[in-house]
Amino acid sequence: MSDFISRGFGGRRRQPKGMEGRIPPGQYYEPGFPVLTAGPTPHVDTAEWRFSIDGVVGAPRSWTWEQFNALPFEDVPCDIHCVTKWSKLDTTFRGVSLDTLLAEVEPLGGYTMAHCYGGYTTNVALEELTGGRAWVVTEHEGEPLPTEHGGPARLLVPHLYFWKSAKWVAGLRVLDSDEPGFWESNGYHMHGDPWREERYWND
Amino acid sequence: MERLTPAETTVPHDRDGLPPVAPAAPGRWQVGTITRIVQETPRVKSFRIELPIWVPHLPGQHYDVRLTAPDGYQAQRSYSVASSPLDEGAIELTVDRLEDGEVSGYMHDVLVVGDRIEVRGPFAAYFVWRGESPALLLGGGSGVVPLMCMLRHKRRAMPQADLRLVYSVRRPDELIYRDELGDETLVTYTRIAPPGWGGHAGRVDAALIAAAGVDPAIGSVFVCGSNGFVESASRLALDAGFPAERIRTERYGPTG
Repeated sequence: MSDFISRGFGGRRRQPKGMEGRIPPGQYYEPGFPVLTAGPTPHVDTAEWRFSIDGVVGAPRSWTWEQFNALPFEDVPCDIHCVTKWSKLDTTFRGVSLDTLLAEVEPLGGYTMAHCYGGYTTNVALEELTGGRAWVVTEHEGEPLPTEHGGPARLLVPHLYFWKSAKWVAGLRVLDSDEPGFWESNGYHMHGDPWREERYWND
Repeated sequence: MERLTPAETTVPHDRDGLPPVAPAAPGRWQVGTITRIVQETPRVKSFRIELPIWVPHLPGQHYDVRLTAPDGYQAQRSYSVASSPLDEGAIELTVDRLEDGEVSGYMHDVLVVGDRIEVRGPFAAYFVWRGESPALLLGGGSGVVPLMCMLRHKRRAMPQADLRLVYSVRRPDELIYRDELGDETLVTYTRIAPPGWGGHAGRVDAALIAAAGVDPAIGSVFVCGSNGFVESASRLALDAGFPAERIRTERYGPTG
């Protein structure tokens, strides 16, 4: 931490009372839900939609929209933290736990690359996706997930910066080694823990 | 840093044969000095910041600004660099003063020449111009800032490159960099046009994209602005025939 003080800056805390401990360092409280995407928004028809897990697995498989919706869903209340500095608290998604999905494929590697309709990728270690910490979600606040927020389905890994929660997710590829995805190749951190402020390379 | 992305999951613009990403790793936090402040519009100021450890940025990259209060409270925001990387030793950040903006309000209302400010960068290597030509730049409001960085750099480093800017503002008093907009720029006013305006008025549309004259078969597109602007402008670029993998977007969220 530097000793520098900004002349004339008194601080203007926008965190609601009692929530200060839930805003990671360098983040601010955002009541809305901003949209950040690197390219045009892909529009994916649920009739064509598939979610697959393949790569270094015992039994690769893929789910159609109907098959996916027959899996056990759960509500996921969480806080989300975007590397562009906003944090959104007490928001609720609904989807299928990665524990449920991964149990069907027998993953053999320790890393994954999430890939998406539109070409986006992001790497997440397998251990970050298990133990009730990651989901593929199709609803937000009781409504179908809007297209601009990744609908019909996005990855949700709320304990990492939100670029890891890939929108328009099409599948996971299980890998033997950790390889950089899209933002990770473009200057952002391989892991992305908001509480350790792992924003950029070398953080 | 070498890219190791599996072929099946390669990001789109790689297939297009653009140069590989090779940004310098960003530096640590450093304290720069404000050496010039320009009032661009009633709501927008540009700040020239001299840096003790300056590294050349790619046009389109951003810096983080961090404010620290005496009690240790900190606020951070990201701002695009507006100056060419040929301006050695300093960066210029153009900052829109947002309603209730914690950082932009401080920069507008408190900072004077000679003040010091903590910054870190440059960051992000996706929404950057590496000499692609021809290219269509679509800017809405203060989304023009990283696009002006591209234009300024082109004029100094690659005058033969063919960049066209389509710049959408609501009113004449929101036009940033008005003295620097040349023949390559088409301005449109969405709410109020200046008296006697003979150019385009209303939102960016297919006719304006066509008038910019960039061939969709070979051109790249950079879109920056609010979410609504980016959604609609990138859709128009797709409709004009630009492939999705050659359209890069950057959205200005409600950051203060």
